[in-house]
Amino acid sequence: MDMKRQKLIRLTLSYAVILVMTIIIVYPLLWVVGSSFNPGQSLSGSKMIPDNATLAHYKKLFDTSQSDYLTWYWNSLKISTLTMIFSVILVSLTAYSFSRYRFIGRQNGLLTFLILQMIPNFAALIAIFILALLTGLVDTHLGLILVYVGGAIPMNTWLMKGYLDTIPKELDESAKIDGAGHLRIFFQIVLPLAKPIIAVVALFTFIAPFGDFILASVLLRSKEKYTLAVGLYDLVAKQFGSEFTTFAAGSVLIAVPIAILFLSFQKYFVSGLTAGGTKG
Amino acid sequence: METPMYQSNHRKIALGLSLIPGFGQLYNRQYVKGISFFILAASFLIVFKDLLNMGWWGIFTLGEVVGRDHSIFLLVEGILAVIISVFGLGFYAFNLRDAYKNGQKRDLGLKISSLREQYRALVDNGFPYLMISPGFILLVFVVIFPIIFVVLLAFTNYDLYHSPPAKLVDWVGFQNFIDLVKLDLWRKTFVNVLAWTIVWTFGATTLQIALGIFLAIIVNQKDLKGKAIIRTIFILPWAVPAFVTILVFSGMFNESFGVINKTILASLGIGPIEWMTDPFWTKVALILIQTWLGFPFVFAMTTGVLQAIPNELYEAATVDGASSWQKFTKITLPLVLYATAPILITQYTFNFNNFNIIYLFNGGGPAVSGQNAGATDILISWIYRLTMTSAQYSKAAAITLLLSLVVVSVALWQFRRTKSFKEEDMM
Repeated sequence: MDMKRQKLIRLTLSYAVILVMTIIIVYPLLWVVGSSFNPGQSLSGSKMIPDNATLAHYKKLFDTSQSDYLTWYWNSLKISTLTMIFSVILVSLTAYSFSRYRFIGRQNGLLTFLILQMIPNFAALIAIFILALLTGLVDTHLGLILVYVGGAIPMNTWLMKGYLDTIPKELDESAKIDGAGHLRIFFQIVLPLAKPIIAVVALFTFIAPFGDFILASVLLRSKEKYTLAVGLYDLVAKQFGSEFTTFAAGSVLIAVPIAILFLSFQKYFVSGLTAGGTKG
Repeated sequence: METPMYQSNHRKIALGLSLIPGFGQLYNRQYVKGISFFILAASFLIVFKDLLNMGWWGIFTLGEVVGRDHSIFLLVEGILAVIISVFGLGFYAFNLRDAYKNGQKRDLGLKISSLREQYRALVDNGFPYLMISPGFILLVFVVIFPIIFVVLLAFTNYDLYHSPPAKLVDWVGFQNFIDLVKLDLWRKTFVNVLAWTIVWTFGATTLQIALGIFLAIIVNQKDLKGKAIIRTIFILPWAVPAFVTILVFSGMFNESFGVINKTILASLGIGPIEWMTDPFWTKVALILIQTWLGFPFVFAMTTGVLQAIPNELYEAATVDGASSWQKFTKITLPLVLYATAPILITQYTFNFNNFNIIYLFNGGGPAVSGQNAGATDILISWIYRLTMTSAQYSKAAAITLLLSLVVVSVALWQFRRTKSFKEEDMM
């Protein structure tokens, strides 16, 4: 009987903890959703479940004459997608070479990548800012994409190399004996087997620019070039509170698709990180 | 290896001749290679002559005449000149080595490989370089170049008052670092910011790790129902983009209309707390928010590890009469920590540089009198402030240098300990 009571207490306590955590997690999220339907601009007097809910804020965001929100959304999608494509290509090439070939400079290269992945590339903020000024890449998406791709290379190369190391070498060796060339081995044998890690790298390099604030805020000047992070910050920072409900609607429109994307790929994230992290 | 007997001196002649790139190869009767080497070298010189000349002069002097010379342009050109020189010297060394090797082959009476064979060898040996070069070149320009630039900038006096084109920038040696220690304003700010950065890094990270592991263990209990839905809920803070949640939280913590003061605390009978204007409470709020944001990551990792622990371990422990506490401290915790340690340490370095939360929550504020950083500024957001608002470029660069040293040494220390580093073929 005592065992049973112990178990009951343990489970009750566990559920209690889970319930409290759930409230703490969900409350802010529901609060934004609620705010986004609240009439009026300010938050004072707003309720989580508004008395007369309105879609006005969403309409305002979609009205291009009133807000740049759609432009920002498009900018963010464009920058993230291009960063993802270029990163995946460059990272695959680099990681494959590091994993499969033994060439002069390989060890130093790997060590350099290891150190570089530790320094976030915005640490060299001043330099990036000044260099962009000098090269005329300030306020261009090209400049931002280049910085994102360059910054993504070291870490993701290590991640992918760790995974490629686990694909048996005998596969490419036997293909080589059968007369397959370098490129053929890469494209037809290794890449198809590396699909899971490519998916992980693609997700990482898509989400990272999406959530980046610092580089985008340093490099982008004009409003119609902003990404979502910079744009939304601008929306709230100007007069905090006076546009909060519009901001809330904007947040919901970002958070929902990203969260869905994230949750559906969440398993890959974890496995990718543990595979690359502990092995690489 | 014994010293081979040379019948001739082709290797030395070839080496000497290839002081002018290509001539050694021509001497070795590799005409196509020789001519292409020569053309490459010549075009290299023609294209980069001015840049190299200007750059090397610029990096030493940083300009001499106000109005004509722009110190920062010169510094950039100087770094470019150094990088290009390194590439050029690499090619030159390769040219010398190639001439010598082929000359040696002739001396030993071996056949020099034909153009076709050379081409094949080039493709085989050059393939990895070919694959790496696009990524590497980009890396050089957007990551390595800026790092070199920051390192050099830390030893100049580039700030608002020494700002080209109106003024010249000069090399000042370690003056910036000395100022950080000697000048009252800088020393005080630096010490305060550093102290808070450390408290922040350890406080926030440790809390999020502890909470993540704790919740993972609770949810992973075998007889608990509804695991899937609970796990999904617990991952949510990770799934929503952080900049969105931070901005939302800064609205919730707002003193005049925020829901935390107005609704939650009021209903508990607690008076309003100055979340945005009192340094202490701002720090508390930041750590709480980061815990909220960061625990799901640890939770997900730990859940993965927990599911992989074989059940037999616990059964054996039960047979041996171990209590649940013993099972936890002797089996679960060590396994979890061992498997996730490398990733957990990256959480510390991540928070050390967690600019987003500091800046988006309250801009590093509230302001503090007698120092040029806000009360919650960590090193990275202080650097941002110095660069973007007060144009203290050289000081910011000096601080960046210090910060990078910390991060890199922690990282190297960590990776030396991971087993992958010790694996033979790894590196």
